[in-house]
Amino acid sequence: MNGFDLSVILTNPEFMSMLAHGIEATFIIYVGSWSLAMSLAILLLGIRFSPLPFGNRLVAAYVSYHRNVPTLVQLMLWYFGIFTLMPDWLTGWLTSHNAEVIFAIIGLGLCQAAYFSEDLRSGLRAVSPGQMEAAQALGHGYLSAMRFVIMPQGVRNALPPLINHSVSLFKNSSLALVIGAPELTHAIKEIENLSFRTFEIYLIGTLIYLFISLLIMAGGAYLSMRANPAVGGRA
Amino acid sequence: MITDLIAIIRDYWLLLLIGQYPNGPLGGLANTLILSALSIGFAFPVSIIFALARLSRWPLLRWPVTVLVYVTRGVPLLMLILWCYFVVPLVTGTDVPSFVIMLTTLVIYQGAFLSEVVRAGIVSLSHGQMDAARALGHSYLGAMRFIILPQALYNMIPSIISTFVSTIKDTTLGYVINVPDLTFAASQVNNQLLTQPFQVFLILALVYYVLCWSLTYVANRVERRIARRRAGTVSAAIAETTPATKIITEQP
Repeated sequence: MNGFDLSVILTNPEFMSMLAHGIEATFIIYVGSWSLAMSLAILLLGIRFSPLPFGNRLVAAYVSYHRNVPTLVQLMLWYFGIFTLMPDWLTGWLTSHNAEVIFAIIGLGLCQAAYFSEDLRSGLRAVSPGQMEAAQALGHGYLSAMRFVIMPQGVRNALPPLINHSVSLFKNSSLALVIGAPELTHAIKEIENLSFRTFEIYLIGTLIYLFISLLIMAGGAYLSMRANPAVGGRA
Repeated sequence: MITDLIAIIRDYWLLLLIGQYPNGPLGGLANTLILSALSIGFAFPVSIIFALARLSRWPLLRWPVTVLVYVTRGVPLLMLILWCYFVVPLVTGTDVPSFVIMLTTLVIYQGAFLSEVVRAGIVSLSHGQMDAARALGHSYLGAMRFIILPQALYNMIPSIISTFVSTIKDTTLGYVINVPDLTFAASQVNNQLLTQPFQVFLILALVYYVLCWSLTYVANRVERRIARRRAGTVSAAIAETTPATKIITEQP
């Protein structure tokens, strides 16, 4: 092996396009699973606060399963297990539409929804009950009090853990490698096999992951600053 | 469906429990537990060293460790495993079993995470503790050893247990470099059966669920107990009624 030489990879158009495709797939998986997780988390929260019988326990069971089973095992159960139980027309459609990426989005999204809904719930619980009473005394209905008084405060409380879990969702998107999704880590391993420049390509991959993680953290810090005018942002 | 599950467990429970042990390397659930216990056992002292280095006055000690902790926290565990898979054999110069590579990765990874907990524990103690210890004639290290760390670490016990839970979940990633753990054993079972992947992976998920759920339960109990003890005997009744904050384990 020759000395350290990044240009072998950076000037090779084939490797660069593989990297670009990897980043693209990672981005699709991340954005897809994040949106799925957030909408599902809000739905779970709604069920939890609704007067439905067993609603509370159902959500608790959902959260407990997704937090206590390793994410990798959940992905394997989806891709190697549930995928094979599906009817033929669905399997065919999924296979022709990049089933690995779709199952990565479903698996990661469902798992992350459990974390997001717990973050939101503890954020809401930290809002004092007096807030609701005061809002209702001022003439707000339940929903409008939720919308204008409780939710803004609850989400603000929940921001730090939500940001942390958004970063860990991004890192977990690399798990899609195991079910064969063509994401960034997959691209890195392939370039390594073709170029034998292990150190260089791992370094590039690490820097890309680090850069995006820091970007998400910085975005989160900006949001919390905006949401909390007392600390320094403008209202 | 249920009968399938029972049949698989009846035929393969030994493989899932200890792998191919008498005829091959130890694997299965036993190996998962050994790997997790060893990782946390080594990660704990490493995390204390990292935390002390990050609080140190010498930039030469503080900066490299700070960079290491940030890189470890910003990069997927999978990427870290690939790095160790590449670097550890280069450093040692010999062929290293995948078990050792996974152990190294987990010690660095969990050490970095735990070091933040230790650091927070040390920082949260009042400054007067250190000042008083120094005034009584302790050296910096002596004060750390006998005054600061015992207090900081006692409060850390619940988060060590929850780190143990997340370590168990992290060991599944060893699948990528063929560490013979529980996930590996399940995929071996799946390869032999071929027809019942859903049942096999459902069993796998259930085993992990039971394991991690019971440990999280223990962690929450211990945390409540420590909160009560810290509140003192007078306010014990109050501590009893306040709900303990749930421990949120690090992913995955």
